[in-house]
Amino acid sequence: MCLAIPVRIEEITGQMARVALGGVSREVSLVLTPEAQAGDYVLIHTGYAISVIDEAEAQETLRLFAELEEASREVEAEEAAARNDRSREDATLS
Amino acid sequence: MTHMESFRDPATARRLIDAILRQVTGSLRVIEFCGGHTHAIMRYGLRDALAPQVTLLSGPGCPVCVTASADIDQAIALSQRPEITLATFGDMIRVPGTKTSLQGARAEGSDIRVVYSALDALQLARELPAREIVMLGIGFETTAPTIAAAIAQARAESLKNWSVYSMHKLTTPAMRAILDAGEVAVDAVLGPGHVAAITGWEAWSFLATEYGVSCAVAGFEPTDILQALLACAQDKAAGQPRVTNSYGRGVSAEGNLVAQGLMAQVFTTADAAWRGLGIIPDSGLAIAPEYAAFDARARYALPGLAEGPLDAEAALGCRCGEVLRGVVEPAGCPLFGTACTPAHPVGPCMVSAEGSCAAHYRYQGVVA
Repeated sequence: MCLAIPVRIEEITGQMARVALGGVSREVSLVLTPEAQAGDYVLIHTGYAISVIDEAEAQETLRLFAELEEASREVEAEEAAARNDRSREDATLS
Repeated sequence: MTHMESFRDPATARRLIDAILRQVTGSLRVIEFCGGHTHAIMRYGLRDALAPQVTLLSGPGCPVCVTASADIDQAIALSQRPEITLATFGDMIRVPGTKTSLQGARAEGSDIRVVYSALDALQLARELPAREIVMLGIGFETTAPTIAAAIAQARAESLKNWSVYSMHKLTTPAMRAILDAGEVAVDAVLGPGHVAAITGWEAWSFLATEYGVSCAVAGFEPTDILQALLACAQDKAAGQPRVTNSYGRGVSAEGNLVAQGLMAQVFTTADAAWRGLGIIPDSGLAIAPEYAAFDARARYALPGLAEGPLDAEAALGCRCGEVLRGVVEPAGCPLFGTACTPAHPVGPCMVSAEGSCAAHYRYQGVVA
């Protein structure tokens, strides 16, 4: 029920905006997001924009994911090194 | 850019799952408030991917699921008045009242129209001046401002044949009620992202400060949910409950101030009847006296709280009430998947696509 979908504002006329929703052009109300501009992405819920997507925050999250990828590689490298150490020890013991 | 594909990237999801499981040394129990989260968690197989270390419990879910039988009965009674055309979001149409649903009432002659938006209900009033249009006001903080905007619009246009039967509910009083009841122990709450788009994430700070429970406000893509769960896992490892905003692109600290202002102008808080949770003080939104002309309760002399049972299906053995409180899993209900299926639902959790039972039924056996 609280489903909200990100869409791009194509054109603004008064308090209404034209957006493309699933390939269909639709009018939505900007009465709750008067700051929205043409070209912005907004979250649409039951015909109203409820939030303007913050592009800088979206980029920040993607940056965190990139850091996580880097960290995962390091962890994997450490685990691989530990495995190699163990197998060398095993080889020495046997 | 919506970056939709980036937030669904399976490799990122896998890395987040690994990071969560590295953090969780014992166990982590998280309840999700929102049915949209339950749906996404089941759809992307996140429960199975994180089990057994992480337990994800489903909470109250969606506004449809928590609407009391007595309110459905009241809506049906309104629809049976010859002058009324009832407008409702489609989710409500199959929810059972005591004897029947809105769908059943429509089959027996009630004029009930499904609308996508309150804007469509306003248009009905303009097109059918001889009819009394009553919109069912249903929804949490996400939806309530849209109905408030429509009420303000109706007043601006001096629409005489348009009113709202408000069943709007507030999420934080329900979250408090669930934790106060002490039936379910959790380390963290997955905060509802689109509710928080309106309320702001700071509205959920009470969980950390008053209950010692972490809260991570989450979006609805798989990596959004996993990013939030990672924050919950980190909090538990550090022994420091916090409120984290893991949905920065859609949610700010203070929320949508225009929407909050409109809600404060048009609504006033009132006690509300919740299916599964009972009557919770100040957990609902009634229409303010200044807007009484658009209040179906005032117009048709209806009581503030509808009279009758809150969960009529409980008499049939349905355990929706406990599912809504996170006390039992859908599979713990004896009717789940046998007497109660999406094609023949008994309780609201199976009726609504976002209900826990419907999500579990649809995606059971799905593995990441």
